[in-house]
Amino acid sequence: MLQICLGILLMPLLAAIIVGLFGRIVGRRGAHTLAILAVFLSFVGSVYVLYQLTLNEELGFNRDLYVWAQLGQLKLSAGFLIDRLTALMMTVVTFVSLMVHIYTIGYMEEDPGYTRFFSYIALFTFAMLSLVMSNNFLQLFFGWEAVGLVSYLLIGFWFKKQTAIFANLKAFLVNRVGDFGFILGIAGVLMVFGTLDYQTVFMKIGELADGGDFGTYFGLNFSMMDLIACLLFIGAMGKSAQIPLHVWLPDSMEGPTPISALIHAATMVTAGVFMVARLSPIYEQAELARSFVLIIGATTCFFTGLLGLVQNDIKRIIAYSTLSQLGYMVTALGASAYVASIFHLATHAFFKALLFLGAGSVIIAMHHEQDITRMGGLRRYLPITYITMLIGSLALIGFPGFAGFFSKDTIIELVHMSHLPGHEYASFAVTAGVFVTALYSFRLFFLVFHTPSRVDAQTRSHLHEPRAVVWVPLVLLAIPSVFAGGMMMEPLLGGFLSHSIFVFPGRDNLLLIATHYEGALSMISHGFTSQPFMIAMAGVFTAWLCYCKYPVIPLIAKRLFAPIYHILQRKYGFDEFNQAVIAAGSRGLGVLLSEVGDRGVIDGVGVNGSAHLIARSAKVLRGLQSGYLYHYALTLFMGFVVFLWWVWRSGS
Amino acid sequence: MIALSDYLTVGALLFCIGVAGIFINRKNVIVLLMCIELILLAVNTNFVAFSRYWQNLAGETFVFFILTVAAAEAAIGLAILVVLFRSRNTINVEELDSLKG
Repeated sequence: MLQICLGILLMPLLAAIIVGLFGRIVGRRGAHTLAILAVFLSFVGSVYVLYQLTLNEELGFNRDLYVWAQLGQLKLSAGFLIDRLTALMMTVVTFVSLMVHIYTIGYMEEDPGYTRFFSYIALFTFAMLSLVMSNNFLQLFFGWEAVGLVSYLLIGFWFKKQTAIFANLKAFLVNRVGDFGFILGIAGVLMVFGTLDYQTVFMKIGELADGGDFGTYFGLNFSMMDLIACLLFIGAMGKSAQIPLHVWLPDSMEGPTPISALIHAATMVTAGVFMVARLSPIYEQAELARSFVLIIGATTCFFTGLLGLVQNDIKRIIAYSTLSQLGYMVTALGASAYVASIFHLATHAFFKALLFLGAGSVIIAMHHEQDITRMGGLRRYLPITYITMLIGSLALIGFPGFAGFFSKDTIIELVHMSHLPGHEYASFAVTAGVFVTALYSFRLFFLVFHTPSRVDAQTRSHLHEPRAVVWVPLVLLAIPSVFAGGMMMEPLLGGFLSHSIFVFPGRDNLLLIATHYEGALSMISHGFTSQPFMIAMAGVFTAWLCYCKYPVIPLIAKRLFAPIYHILQRKYGFDEFNQAVIAAGSRGLGVLLSEVGDRGVIDGVGVNGSAHLIARSAKVLRGLQSGYLYHYALTLFMGFVVFLWWVWRSGS
Repeated sequence: MIALSDYLTVGALLFCIGVAGIFINRKNVIVLLMCIELILLAVNTNFVAFSRYWQNLAGETFVFFILTVAAAEAAIGLAILVVLFRSRNTINVEELDSLKG
């Protein structure tokens, strides 16, 4: 088992190193063969591990493999914690990664950076796996930063494009803000528990349940656990793009589409969700922090979905959809529904990767045109993309039977059951989010595939379904987008993750759902009469009405709600705020420190000041140095007289 | 009888004349050299006076040394003076101020 896990982890790294360093030698074919082979083996291994663990959970293990450093009592090590949660994540990550690897052959075929790209995505797979397989906070942080690095490299993959460079810098900086909180959280863990090992920390939590009290602030009782949980969650807010640190994700769409699918939709951005679920014992002790998580998640879920309504770039719409879905997952985390959150993470990984790759297929067909107002009527030219995108969209809006339905309905139900402060708001946001999701998904869908064609004649003459390497991954992703939900629902309700995720017994509403659960089919048939379904259908109908039937409605709505439209178009002004206040503020602070602190105090007073002082006093003193011997002799003599007088005085 | 104090007074007077000469003289470097000789002479006077007073020959021995050193010093001083005059064309103390800061 250990060897298999090592293989799963190291194979992509090996491929990344070979392809990255010897890309010229192995060539294009060699590059993709190697990378795909490595990820394929990782995938097979992950499936094997998941299968074994499903049969017998005892096979999981927690082991330190390598001690990096030993500082007194503190051991910094690398190791594996393999349980069902890890195995599930590994399978999802390697599967989506494999699909994206195959797809990339088609998407990047004309790109000069072909081998570099494969090296990066193989490296990403390694980084993500080391994040999920870790058994301690240090390795988690390593994986966390490594995926951030690869994300940075890949957003700026086309490094000659000015906007891409801006976007990757932005992603990097915004993630730094989150990481700062994250590392403070890890430091807090170290301070309270004296170790970075998950198992030890979880064991000690019970003893230290309310370890250290921060006293009462603003009438809130704030414990050490709340502080740690909040700080760690700030890291998750950066990586999982929650308001207000979400600004980098839409801009990350400057990167190649396979990357948007793999990193910025399916895997990396869910690292924050995974982290919180993995650390569920900490969050269970931090009610205030969970409330914070709930509110941030709900806000992200609803408000970023709205932004998707006014975007015209096909990838950006899906990016906002990703934000909104991440909001769902985070809201679920806040409501102690970690299992539901991981469930949605897994299903979302499939259908969001599918949607992105479908969008990529459209983009290839349209010769890198991404504006949906210049598409329309593509279903005749791209039948496979059309059907798979339809499946993806239905899964996304939670149409009964599709994967998203099971996970999203579970989340909505569990959020309704929550009693945390802020739960009314969260319930409203997740319910309203369903409408918004349906509306923007089908707005995209109708504008791209239905409606009269707005494609220019030259492009239209070349429109055709892309190569098999492009559409095969779509089909392969469409399969779990349909079935993964129904298949996973029962084991998850039946306590599949109950040893990986800790929920305070009285708070585990999932058990409540489990008692009502009578199989996937019955849930589907119930789904057709449920409130979220009605809302989603209302959204789809609105989209149809607005964009297929009466295309004037959006124009009228735009005029009628001009102020709201304006706000959405400006994305609530987060970018402007960051530029004007945070960026300009820090620049101002920098100028202040440089001008006053550095040049003024250190240079002016310290370095140059002391030199000036000596020069100025020397100017005064040199007057005494007349150069006449008799002056010196006189001074000597006077000094001697004074000395004598002093000796005489002290003598008597 | 000439008392010890009389010798010491003469020595002090010679010393003061020497020192004052150094301070007051603004013209000639040779005068400076002579003043230094005067100061050394004052020291010699004291040595001899004390040597006699204490009936101890060490003081007189020292005087011989000092006289020798003074002669050597005068020789070197005059030699420097010659070189100085050659290079600066003057021995006027007022003009010798290249040490000025």
